[in-house]
Amino acid sequence: MVTGFSEGHEIHKRRLGRNLGLGGALLAFVLLIFALTIVKVGEQPKPLSAKPAAVRQEASG
Amino acid sequence: MTDIRAFDQTGEAGFRDYVALLKPRVMSLVVFTALVGLLVAPVPVHPVIAVASILFIALGGGASGALNMWWDSDIDQIMRRTCARPIPAGRVEPREALGLGLALSLISVAMLGLAANWVAAGLLAFTIFFYVVIYSMWLKRTTPQNIVIGGAAGAFPPMIGWACATGGISLESVAMFMLIFMWTPPHFWSLALFMNDDYSNAGVPMLTVTHGRKSARTHILVYTILLTPVAVGTAFTSIGGGVYLAASLVLSAGFLRGAWRIWKRDEAVAEADKYAVEKKTFRFSLIYLAGLFAALLAEGVLHHLGLGGWW
Repeated sequence: MVTGFSEGHEIHKRRLGRNLGLGGALLAFVLLIFALTIVKVGEQPKPLSAKPAAVRQEASG
Repeated sequence: MTDIRAFDQTGEAGFRDYVALLKPRVMSLVVFTALVGLLVAPVPVHPVIAVASILFIALGGGASGALNMWWDSDIDQIMRRTCARPIPAGRVEPREALGLGLALSLISVAMLGLAANWVAAGLLAFTIFFYVVIYSMWLKRTTPQNIVIGGAAGAFPPMIGWACATGGISLESVAMFMLIFMWTPPHFWSLALFMNDDYSNAGVPMLTVTHGRKSARTHILVYTILLTPVAVGTAFTSIGGGVYLAASLVLSAGFLRGAWRIWKRDEAVAEADKYAVEKKTFRFSLIYLAGLFAALLAEGVLHHLGLGGWW
């Protein structure tokens, strides 16, 4: 049976390190997605293609 | 006591063990070459998108590293160079590496597609497939030319970086691909000359094992000669210039000299000085590639300042 590890046991240290590392990676990923979203939303929209514009002009004329 | 030892060795990998699965040293080369590919491209990229793209390319490279370690865990435990890796050392289960590799592959390709474009994402997906399926699963254990064809996987990152900026493939990105593709065989065969026992024991058909060391020495010289016009010729594309030309000439001369010295030696001489020339040439090959890409980066900076280039 694996019981009764003390608080400072190697296993607890490794587990803590793994959890902190994973937490940090997830936080960094969230921040990156946030930054990407800001940049993508702020990008200039691409101009409409020529054909639909011509079609619109014909329709209005 | 026995129970505690068993639990200690199998169940609890630390965070650094998972990082080791991603082959951080290979990843650093991927990051550097992909970054150069992205920065020398003629299309400017928003800094946030550039950072995210490089990160996802690195993550994709790491994913293929984890999948490679999962597949090769049986031979990794035989080879001295790889026996301390997380799976053969018993710190990570093979299926964990498989899960991590597959998850990171999907995340990196999808995120690169969303952050940059789907041409770059497609190239990244193909790179992972090529490294894991074509190289690791198929060629590595079946042909002594494994390094030649497998080297293509390591050659894709600058092409992906270029595609992130331009959305396509061009002569310049193919030139950067060819640089790494042609550099890989002499680089790895130099290593194989003084790590021969490792590959023999693991049954990997490295050229030094199947065709002998003399043949490997000849192959190193021939590939280094073939690499030289690729390295120097890149100077005359739109990403080249005087700085890169000078660097490529000096570095190529150094690499050719090392390859020539390797070719001239026989095993008795090499064993007498413990493969000093082979080890030196192997280390120089790392400086060679880093130097060429640093020179390309310098040309990129000069281009942005309105200097550099030929026209």
